[in-house]
Amino acid sequence: MEATTPRPPQDGDVIHKTNSTSPTTVESPTSRATSRSPSPEDQPPPLPPRPNTLFLLDEGVSSGNLQSKATTAVSVTDIAHTDGGKENYPTRGFTGNLKAKASLSHLASSRASEAGDSASIRSSVPHTEVGEVENVFSDFLAGDVGNGPQNTTGLLQFPEFQADDGEEDYTSEFEPVGEVGENGENEELVLERWKAKRKHYLILSAAGKPIWTRHGEGGLISTYVGVIQTIISFFQDSDDHLNTFNAGDTKFVIVTKGPLYLVAISRILESDTQLRLQLEALYMQILSTLTLPSLTHLFSVRPSTDLRRPLQGSETLLSTLADSFTRGSPSTLLSALECLKIRKAHRQVINNTLLKTKVSSLLYGLVVAGGRLVSVVRPKKHSLHPGDLQLLFNMIFEAEAVKAGGGESWIPVCLPGFNSSGYLYMYVSFLDLREDNINIADDTTTKEESVAIVLISTDKESFFDLQEMRNAFVEQMQKNNSLKIIKQAIDTGRPATTDIVPGTVLHHFLYKSKANVQFTMSAYDPEFSTISRRRRSVFRLDLWTWDTDFIGSVHHCVSQSSSSFAWITPVFELYCVAGPNANRNALAQSASKIVHWVQKEEERLFIIGGAVF
Amino acid sequence: MSESTSANTPKPSSSVKLVLLGEAAVGKSSLVLRFVNNDFQENKEPTIGAAFLTQKCSLPTRTIKFEIWDTAGQERFASLAPMYYRNAQAALVVYDVTKPSSLTKAKHWVAELQRQASPGIVIALVGNKLDLTNDGNDATAGESQADNEAEPSAADGEDASGENADEQDASSGDARKVSTREANSYAEEESLLFFETSAKTGVNVAEVFTAIANAIPESSLKSGRGTGAGTGQTTLGGGRPAEDSRVNLGERGASTAKEGCAC
Repeated sequence: MEATTPRPPQDGDVIHKTNSTSPTTVESPTSRATSRSPSPEDQPPPLPPRPNTLFLLDEGVSSGNLQSKATTAVSVTDIAHTDGGKENYPTRGFTGNLKAKASLSHLASSRASEAGDSASIRSSVPHTEVGEVENVFSDFLAGDVGNGPQNTTGLLQFPEFQADDGEEDYTSEFEPVGEVGENGENEELVLERWKAKRKHYLILSAAGKPIWTRHGEGGLISTYVGVIQTIISFFQDSDDHLNTFNAGDTKFVIVTKGPLYLVAISRILESDTQLRLQLEALYMQILSTLTLPSLTHLFSVRPSTDLRRPLQGSETLLSTLADSFTRGSPSTLLSALECLKIRKAHRQVINNTLLKTKVSSLLYGLVVAGGRLVSVVRPKKHSLHPGDLQLLFNMIFEAEAVKAGGGESWIPVCLPGFNSSGYLYMYVSFLDLREDNINIADDTTTKEESVAIVLISTDKESFFDLQEMRNAFVEQMQKNNSLKIIKQAIDTGRPATTDIVPGTVLHHFLYKSKANVQFTMSAYDPEFSTISRRRRSVFRLDLWTWDTDFIGSVHHCVSQSSSSFAWITPVFELYCVAGPNANRNALAQSASKIVHWVQKEEERLFIIGGAVF
Repeated sequence: MSESTSANTPKPSSSVKLVLLGEAAVGKSSLVLRFVNNDFQENKEPTIGAAFLTQKCSLPTRTIKFEIWDTAGQERFASLAPMYYRNAQAALVVYDVTKPSSLTKAKHWVAELQRQASPGIVIALVGNKLDLTNDGNDATAGESQADNEAEPSAADGEDASGENADEQDASSGDARKVSTREANSYAEEESLLFFETSAKTGVNVAEVFTAIANAIPESSLKSGRGTGAGTGQTTLGGGRPAEDSRVNLGERGASTAKEGCAC
């Protein structure tokens, strides 16, 4: 298994590339990591050919273009991802990646026995041996990106990797730091608590005015905001962009969006790219509240505008979004959506009911069960953007604001992926399925079991039309038994890994279908009850892929507490976690069975196409 | 929700469209939730956009079905307010008795309603968070207080900032910054109904809605169930307001569609 690497020989080291243009450090991990392919008998079934290059092209073309395009139900355009291409700073990184992706899939398919079968492990990475593959990719990437210093780096200088058996306590991460008393009596304590947070987000205006921070209030943090603003403008004065820097084990990432600076400060294991995407999503939330023209206008009229006022009331949306990043929500990590698993025929009935009851003012209609999409209707020429849906789901299911209203809601919202320049109007009502009645749910339903009907229109006066549609729709759903089906699917929950592969060593998996921009996952093993474990289970695997783009490759990593397995192809991404002593063959075998299962169940797990009018 | 309850009663039923307006965080949603669900949530998240709720209110002679628009108080939503009060028969303009600036804002809303809303609209001025004042401690506190309470000065400080308003008079535990007298005399001048309430304890909440129901002139009430056609003012009932206004809406809709559409 062991092959020679040109790097300092560290057994099982992982070569890691980041998008950072700043000089990076190489450090050896303490955890053992190695990459391999499963044994030949585990070869997964061939996958249906997919237009991979098209997908990549799409991604590239749409960058910097906020207009919507016709694609599948959920567009491949991940706005948070691609919008970054507009600005100067990430361009190098992103174009580099895109090139790398495109050429990599070439590479993979040229090696593959059949073009289009590049998803198969063996064909894409034949006889993988540690050094070989990594050499190929790291050399290749370094050559392709070609930005000065060697881009390979260890990602493993973070404490989480070294001592990942320690159960980090994340509960205090989300607690308020408290307020400084009138006479500043407890300032030390509050500052102490503030500094103890592992993750900070700061948004400030170019003029240096604080706009929003996840932790702490204006007075407490104003010094730090000042320092950050000074650092950023120092670079800008010399026509440079400061993207990221490290201080000890703390990573700073800065994103500039017009008049706004967004800053993430993280002491948990996250890559630059991840943090950048998180900041982009926060920026999208601001656009969603204000729209781009009004944001631009505010600052062009008065560069010293205090944006806190116009954003008033939306702070919780930013906070819940930020916390979902910190918790490591799979949806955010994968930039994809999860659907409720129901039979294809059942979904069609729901789709048809939506179409049948649709009113003329409807733009999009969604049925969402606890953040999982059940059904979508949309006009033929408009797709939905995962980034937009992420904002909507955050608003509807994570932030209590909508639900606590206790009635039906009518919300002006800008969906920046759809069109960043204007508002849409969103009707939201919750169903209470527990007693099989069709009344509006009260606030005792949990997040998982609350089902929301979301109807979106461009007409701000169409509330009563949509309300009527909702009533007709729910009545029909009651009649054709769809409500019961949704309820059953919610009650059944996600399958355990052992339901899919009996006796498997896997504790948890995440599968992202790239073409559908959707993912599915197993129920959380009790093992993953804590945030840190969940985070770790997925994060570390995800880290590799974000920054390496090892398409068509397999990663295997063993640490003290778990062994993890990532399998990236142009068609899907699969991340699995098992106990630390899991046999590699067993792991790989299970993984390929999972892939097989997902492909068999594809039309139940994912919404393919959706209903179109 | 429960049409059946009114079905038992022979009383005629009418629907009344009511809108809540007022500065952010004065307790509009809390008042509605107290009225509709008899519930109170501490530290409720701010409303986004607007919420639509219904609740019945039984009067001796008839049943009133309130169709309530609970609007968000943040400034950025202010431009949408006309949509909600345009056809309203009643409005609840809410301020916070511990925050003088919120009364100023309430006065602006009253002026706007008097200028732009339906001529016959019934407006109630409501000072909420009575539980934070000394009067809130005795449950009998209510409308009848206009006589006492000589709270000086604070009421004049209309521009007193929120920070000041939050500073409580620790010795007395009374956070009141707007005197009952001041608000009441303003309400009298403008012929508004006036109440001080606590959504938290429930004091006076039902009374506000009952008083509004009683103040709606019989003539402007229409029979509730579903008859949409009527005079412009009374096409507010539930799901069928559209007929009259549809022409307008169509125009608006078309233009917004163009702006909002990415194609």
